[in-house]
Amino acid sequence: MIGFLTLLRKEILRFWKVGFQTVAAPVVTALLYLLIFSHVLADHVRVYDDVPYTAFLVPGLVMMSVLQNAFANSSSSLIQSKVTGSVVFMLLAPISYRAFWAAYVAAAALRGLLVGLGVFVVTLGFTGAHLAAPLWILVFALLGAAVLGTLGVIAGIWADKFDQLAAFQNFLIMPLTFLSGVFYSTHSLPPFWQQVSHWNPVFYMIDGFRYGFFAMSDVSPWQSLAVVGVCFILLAALTLELLRRGYKLRM
Amino acid sequence: MVPALRVVGVAKRFGVTQALAGIDLEVAQGDFFGLLGPNGAGKTTLISALAGLVRADAGHLEVMGHDVQADYRQARLKLGVVPQELVFDPFFSVRQTLRIQSGYYGIRHNDDWIDEILANLDLTGKAEDNMRSLSGGMKRRVLVAQALVHKPPVIVLDEPTAGVDVELRQGLWRFIRRLNGEGHTIVLTTHYLEEAEANCSRIAMMKAGRVVALDTTAKLLARFGGGTTSLEDAFMRVMKEAA
Ligand SMILES: Nc1ncnc2c1ncn2[C@@H]1O[C@H](COP(=O)(O)OP(=O)(O)OP(=O)(O)O)[C@@H](O)[C@H]1O
Ligand SMILES: [Mg+2]
Repeated sequence: MIGFLTLLRKEILRFWKVGFQTVAAPVVTALLYLLIFSHVLADHVRVYDDVPYTAFLVPGLVMMSVLQNAFANSSSSLIQSKVTGSVVFMLLAPISYRAFWAAYVAAAALRGLLVGLGVFVVTLGFTGAHLAAPLWILVFALLGAAVLGTLGVIAGIWADKFDQLAAFQNFLIMPLTFLSGVFYSTHSLPPFWQQVSHWNPVFYMIDGFRYGFFAMSDVSPWQSLAVVGVCFILLAALTLELLRRGYKLRM
Repeated sequence: MVPALRVVGVAKRFGVTQALAGIDLEVAQGDFFGLLGPNGAGKTTLISALAGLVRADAGHLEVMGHDVQADYRQARLKLGVVPQELVFDPFFSVRQTLRIQSGYYGIRHNDDWIDEILANLDLTGKAEDNMRSLSGGMKRRVLVAQALVHKPPVIVLDEPTAGVDVELRQGLWRFIRRLNGEGHTIVLTTHYLEEAEANCSRIAMMKAGRVVALDTTAKLLARFGGGTTSLEDAFMRVMKEAA
């Protein structure tokens, strides 16, 4: 338990020490998205009848920030310690592979949630707060952050170099988050692309998260919870198996 | 008494390189043991296998009776390893590094022992400095410190004195000998054979993944003439015969 707590504390310290980069900067990025998209699209897009576009956009941006930063935290921390070689200190220690996974994911989730909270707070001035079902908000934020934190562990273990990690980020994480209904409702897409979106797990994270704000969504939050929950279990199982075998970490 | 280290039939191949070609070795508790051999002999690979950083293709390894795979947490708890590569986490100060390392081994509030290690390695003045700002020799000494935070019964040092200046080398050996005197088993690799001759009671010589000589230091020296023979002479003879 002390091993887990130490690793968790170390991982939190790591991003907190450079909090300007890891927490403040993503908040500013999200705010820019909000300014640009709401300005350009507010008069053209109406997703739900009584929800203004800017209000609709906020939960999507918050969740996107949570997910991207959770992924960034575990993946960049792992690849850095691999590249510098300091990963050896964790590998020498009697820390179970479960504790290892849990610490990385918990720290990643914490950073994701901090950034999400920051985005939410700065956007309050634009839209005011609609919190129809706060428990759903919390459930999807936590679960989404844990899924992406776990995916970050996989990416960090797999990648040998920073550009491989960048590829993972650009060709998997970015498309999945952008094509998930952050900026629009999938109902506004042609049927084919609607179908495609429904194969994207991130769609369910955002849709369920948004339900917590407006009590309206493209699919039922229970369905979203089931999809995201299954994703989490599968990815966690895969990650634990990779760590147990020492894939790419122990030769 | 269980041996500090037990290595039975261990083999490891990297691609076409047979890094370990069947190693059998036992190190008794309390020994000061030298692991010698030319570059590429397999010393680091063997140490990595003991530490669980490398998985052996065949055979098995124990630390204080604990199998390094099946019982990895106990095995790692009993082992302190100073890696050969000069690695560090640039995010932290020396003290933070050592506190974190203590926590990994389940130890809180370790500052008394940390201060003692720092004093013995002449790092007290650097305790609050960032790892990045240390010289190479200082970083190497922090690596030694990190291996000692949990007072492991078995301490393995992979070239601990590479790049460390003469005076500090003396201090380091005094400290390691003291730990040995207090009952810690020491395993050491070095290319400075006079260090091994002065400190080690038993020595294994490796070449191309095999143990080619294994005996007490005195007997190894005697076998090659005794008297004025140095360990370096003995080493050269063993390597030639093994060719
Ligand atoms: N990760 C690896 N991938 C491929 N080959 C490796 C790897 N690690 C070690 N080897 C090879 O295994 C052999 C043994 O290497 P090892 O590092 O164990 O030697 P050593 O005895 O520690 O040498 P040195 O005195 O130079 O430290 C060498 O031929 C080396 O090239
Ligand atoms: Mg070596």
